[in-house]
Amino acid sequence: MANPNDNPSAPAKPRSRARNRPVLIAVATRKGAWLYRSTGARKTWQVDGPHFLGHVISHLVLDPRDGRTLLAAARTGHLGPTVFRSDDLGRTWKEAAAPPAFAKADDGTKGRVVDHTFWLTPGHASEPGVWYAGTSPQGLFRSFDGGVTWKPFSSINDDPRYRQWMGTVQDGTPDGPKLHSVIVDPRDPRHLYFAMSGGGVHESADGGGTWTPLMNGLDVVQGFDAADPTFHDPHCIRLCPGNPDRLYQQNHCGIYRLDRPSDRWVRVGRTMPERVGDIGFPLVVHPRDPDAAWVFPMDGTTVWPRTSPEGMPAAYGTRDGGNTWQRLDAGLPRSQAWWTVKRQAMSADAADPVGLYFGTTSGELWMSRDEGARWTCIARHLPEIYAVEAAHPA
Amino acid sequence: MKVHIPGALRSYTEKSQVEVGGATLGEVLAELDRQYAGIRFRVVDEQDGIRPHIRIFVNGAQVRDLSQPLGAADEVVIVQALSGG
Repeated sequence: MANPNDNPSAPAKPRSRARNRPVLIAVATRKGAWLYRSTGARKTWQVDGPHFLGHVISHLVLDPRDGRTLLAAARTGHLGPTVFRSDDLGRTWKEAAAPPAFAKADDGTKGRVVDHTFWLTPGHASEPGVWYAGTSPQGLFRSFDGGVTWKPFSSINDDPRYRQWMGTVQDGTPDGPKLHSVIVDPRDPRHLYFAMSGGGVHESADGGGTWTPLMNGLDVVQGFDAADPTFHDPHCIRLCPGNPDRLYQQNHCGIYRLDRPSDRWVRVGRTMPERVGDIGFPLVVHPRDPDAAWVFPMDGTTVWPRTSPEGMPAAYGTRDGGNTWQRLDAGLPRSQAWWTVKRQAMSADAADPVGLYFGTTSGELWMSRDEGARWTCIARHLPEIYAVEAAHPA
Repeated sequence: MKVHIPGALRSYTEKSQVEVGGATLGEVLAELDRQYAGIRFRVVDEQDGIRPHIRIFVNGAQVRDLSQPLGAADEVVIVQALSGG
């Protein structure tokens, strides 16, 4: 048997078990939400669900600041969007009093309507009640009271320039244009990032009062103007907790890395195998090592099938900041597996070695206890999985 | 007046029919929300439009305008239209 230390994808030693606290996987699907719980060993999983059966749950997130509060972004086929909140790890739920909603338009003008809240981000550690939400169509919202009431960011939602960059619903992704990847710098609650599909990546240094596009170095589809944010389609952006000056991005046009204070993204996906490419939706960063990240490529050729390339799903991981990538498919189907992984449906815990988790469009939940070296399916037959968030409950 | 509640909204009211006052459809929905917090936004969007897969009938006739006057004897039916899959 090969020495695992010879495997470049295996986690580096030494390992500390002290970090291995119980894990909660929050799974959001097209037909409801499920919670999977395990001890720090992460060998067996206890299922809790469905919650909100029949609701479309776009995102379900545990607040790392208290380890107990869960927020769920929900809607149904008939009913408008809302946010549910639990302060007891999902035993009971209460609906937001004022969910994300655009400002009422002046008489005679057409106002926008939130179709669904798509993305939820807990605020900075020093701001316990603050949450951010991204919606479809694109809007940015903030709550100061733990998700009970939400206020729109006029600096985005009503700004003529941003409205132009967002385009219309018809300019967006097939199930609606999304504002996503809302990121709070762990060193500074006023330093924020977000992304729009389409509409580019944007940064604020003043708590969201003003915003600047952050697109240098990013490609756009051939023939379009890369200087115009409208044509940029970031799929998922992550900031490295181990070095908050480093961000990775899975974009419609490849995998990128950004090292601040530079404002130039570098396409690190060019070293991915040519037959796989560097197109996909999710991207996950290591909780401590900024050189380590994982992606889950999909087929972005021809008509964009959005399936695993050649029906052979695999994660790819880097240990050197994206200079090289290793295929991580041990335990995954070897052929005729045509599912893929959506942008919120891949996540990492903070254990050592890091646990990786992803949910598929075919309703399977997979995990790796060894940073992607081997995968195990821990649930099948769920509805289409929209989001998977691994966290450590109190 | 009587307001009939579809199955999708009974998690709010816990009954299929409720009694609510109001001189217009908008006032009735506002009163409904005061009694059953959150129910209005599931039915009416932030621009005061009735959501795409919701229909509201008053005495059997479909109503789209929240300013529609109502009387105490009117019967309001909120319906979830066919959608989804």
